[in-house]
Amino acid sequence: MTKYVLQRVIYMIITLFIIASFTFFLMKILPGSPFNDQKLSAEQVHIMNEKYGLNDPVPVQYAHYIFGLLKGDMGVSFQFDNHGVTELILERIGPSAMLGFQAMFVGTLLGVILGVLAAIYQNTWVDYSSTFIAVLGKSIPSFVFAALLQYVLAVKFEIFPVAFWNGFSSSILPTIALAMFPIATGARFMRSELIEVLGSDYITLAKAKGASSFEIAFKHAFRNALIPLITVLGPLAVSLMSGSLVVEKIFSIPGIGEQFVKSIMTNDYPIIMGTTLLFAFALIAIILVVDLLYGVIDPRIRLAGGKK
Amino acid sequence: MKKSKLLLLLCFSLVLSMFLSACYGKDEEKASNEGSKGDTGTKTKTEQVLNTYETAEIPTMNTIMAQDAVSLNVMNQVFEGLMRLDKDNKPTLGMAAEEPQKNEDGTVYTFKIRDAKWSNGTPVTANDFVYAWQQTIDPKNATPYGAYMMGGVIKNAAEIGEGKMAPDQLGVKAIDDKTLEVTLERPVPYFLSLMTFPIFYPQNQEFVESKGDQYATNSDNMIYNGPFTLSDWNGTGLSWKYKKNDSYWDKDTVQLTQVNVNVVKETGTAVNLYKTGKVDRAALSAEYVTQYENDPDLNKYLEPTIFWFKFNQERTGKKTALANKNIRMALSLAVDKQSMVDTVLANGSVVANYEVPKEFAFNPESGDDFRKGNGDMNEYNLDKAKEYWKKGLEELGTDKLDLEILGGDSEVSKNMDAYFKNQLEKNLEGLSIKLKEVPFKIRLDLDTKQDYDIQVAGWGPDYQDPMTFSDLFVTGGSQNKMGYSNPEYDKLISDAKTTLATDPQARWEALQKAEKILMDDAAISPLYQRAKAVLQQKYVKDLYVHPFGPEFSYKWTHIEK
Repeated sequence: MTKYVLQRVIYMIITLFIIASFTFFLMKILPGSPFNDQKLSAEQVHIMNEKYGLNDPVPVQYAHYIFGLLKGDMGVSFQFDNHGVTELILERIGPSAMLGFQAMFVGTLLGVILGVLAAIYQNTWVDYSSTFIAVLGKSIPSFVFAALLQYVLAVKFEIFPVAFWNGFSSSILPTIALAMFPIATGARFMRSELIEVLGSDYITLAKAKGASSFEIAFKHAFRNALIPLITVLGPLAVSLMSGSLVVEKIFSIPGIGEQFVKSIMTNDYPIIMGTTLLFAFALIAIILVVDLLYGVIDPRIRLAGGKK
Repeated sequence: MKKSKLLLLLCFSLVLSMFLSACYGKDEEKASNEGSKGDTGTKTKTEQVLNTYETAEIPTMNTIMAQDAVSLNVMNQVFEGLMRLDKDNKPTLGMAAEEPQKNEDGTVYTFKIRDAKWSNGTPVTANDFVYAWQQTIDPKNATPYGAYMMGGVIKNAAEIGEGKMAPDQLGVKAIDDKTLEVTLERPVPYFLSLMTFPIFYPQNQEFVESKGDQYATNSDNMIYNGPFTLSDWNGTGLSWKYKKNDSYWDKDTVQLTQVNVNVVKETGTAVNLYKTGKVDRAALSAEYVTQYENDPDLNKYLEPTIFWFKFNQERTGKKTALANKNIRMALSLAVDKQSMVDTVLANGSVVANYEVPKEFAFNPESGDDFRKGNGDMNEYNLDKAKEYWKKGLEELGTDKLDLEILGGDSEVSKNMDAYFKNQLEKNLEGLSIKLKEVPFKIRLDLDTKQDYDIQVAGWGPDYQDPMTFSDLFVTGGSQNKMGYSNPEYDKLISDAKTTLATDPQARWEALQKAEKILMDDAAISPLYQRAKAVLQQKYVKDLYVHPFGPEFSYKWTHIEK
């Protein structure tokens, strides 16, 4: 287990290095420059480029960046005067992470509950309601939910704050908006897996022995049905990250997602790199956790090659 | 045993929901407590608190680095230059104790600095200006607007900006602690209005140097000499406050005790915040203007920002069809702009048949609007457009043309471009328009490379004088990346800057004549002058909006309920 985790961590570092290099060169293809303001003269742009080392050949810039990265220096933002990228990320990661985790937790939990209920009460109104919610969650983008929730629950009924970040209360509406997709995915996955498992021989045996529906569902089928669900956690996390880009903007949340989009629009290279690496790291870490969870849920799944 | 797991799950869900609602309750309670202390929306009659928002974070609070709208606006509240814009957008005394003395040819200004203090108690001196201005033009600081605003205005600025002279050669010196002498390259009629722009604000050398790299990175690492001080700003955050500055020389005029500012990037969110009373003002985009057309809180005002077609006469080293004057004129006259501002924009914007906006620059002697002299030119005229088009095509020896319109990628831009395409193709036979809609940065890049046919571009002024628009299109001018050159136009602009600089009436006439030439050449085709629509609470009084430089002044604002 330790050896496996260590091996995965080394792979993670290599993956991050490849992503950093790839993103760096890709970013340089982006049209425009951080300083092509209408009112700047060519000389001024040259001076600004010189100041930030952008006049150097791209390989030299790349070497500087990687060397800085190894020392833990991600550079200085072009958008925010004298503010380091690390500092900016640390300031903004909190709200984004909180939203992400809450949405993942609420989304998966409710998704599983809905899926289980739909499977147990297959072809009843419970199943149809669950399907309806899942269809809504899958087909409507999170920012539409965000705008609707804001209008109904914050403006019309004034139950929640319209926007701004004041801790937990401000996170409720964005969390619900973000959680809709995981709820839908979780519910559909859980339902179909559980129905399949419920049709297995060992379930028929359990039924023959007189086990109740709930006992069959939770004691015998649930664990087996969870494994495919865990597989989709990684992609779900990605959908949350991309969803948060717009949702953070709608609720005026000082998160990292919105800043990422802005950095691309403004050619703020150090922030593009910093946030890309952060998202890549988060995704790789989630994939690792998912892999480790397989072993926890089903001990028959070996993490490393077993001994002969 | 079998049922206990389900029970456990239900209990867990119940506990979780109770926990969530309990947490929310606490936050609400906290928020309402803060509200009663004056931190959020609720106000009593005597409470002088304004709740407002900006559309982006503050990129910099170092005045020498000022260039974007948000920074300029914040700086205007917490700092003050020699002059500041008053309620009527005229430069009024700020750190200058009295109107400056001018030498005979208007190239040397002597300012007396008033007895004002920085928020740490140190006096504002003439050296604070010398230090800040030298930092602004010093190439090592790579300030975005230093060379643009000072070059050709303050003596030696252009040479220093290019690294050919030392910054201490700049035409500004402290005669003594309270006397500042500024030497100009040439007489500059709008010099005092330039002094309201943040790159000309003072900086306290001792304080700035004591903070080093950390200067102006958050509200604690700054000192202030304006009507307010900045607080609760961490350098990258989405909220901050202005608090009344008790060290400000004119503190008795300032009535607001606090201004709460949050960053709101979505118009929809701003409108929702306005509806729930969390902000006292919300700017509207076109789709909301129609919705709030009959709302008594709706205010519309004209901005001195003009949008136009730029006709590129030379693309990738080759002359384009737009080098033909008849073709340009035909395109200028073929768009029904009135219908566009009424239906596509619908936000109060007006048709522009001119380059220098209306309600912006006024004759220094008669006080007449710049538009009074030249009026409307190149108005929509379908018959004439077709005539010019026919003639132009004949001269080019063809009967059809394919052109590209380069525009923005916002919803409004796309709608506008579609309208232009429809109008031009419908009205000019044989014309085929391709649309290229790209983000702003890419558009600027294509503009710099002069890689487009027709571009929808705009310009807002930096100081209150027609020159901020007029010198854009001289040969090699900052916006003239379209191959336009007219020696007569160049001469008029040059004269207005030099020989006519001390003769206001002759200079005014030269600038009007230049505008006429630009329109006669159909070098550009003005489309509309932008208007802004905002919802503002009736109890907010004297919140002044400026047409150039920093957008708002809260110095005189007060709440009257």
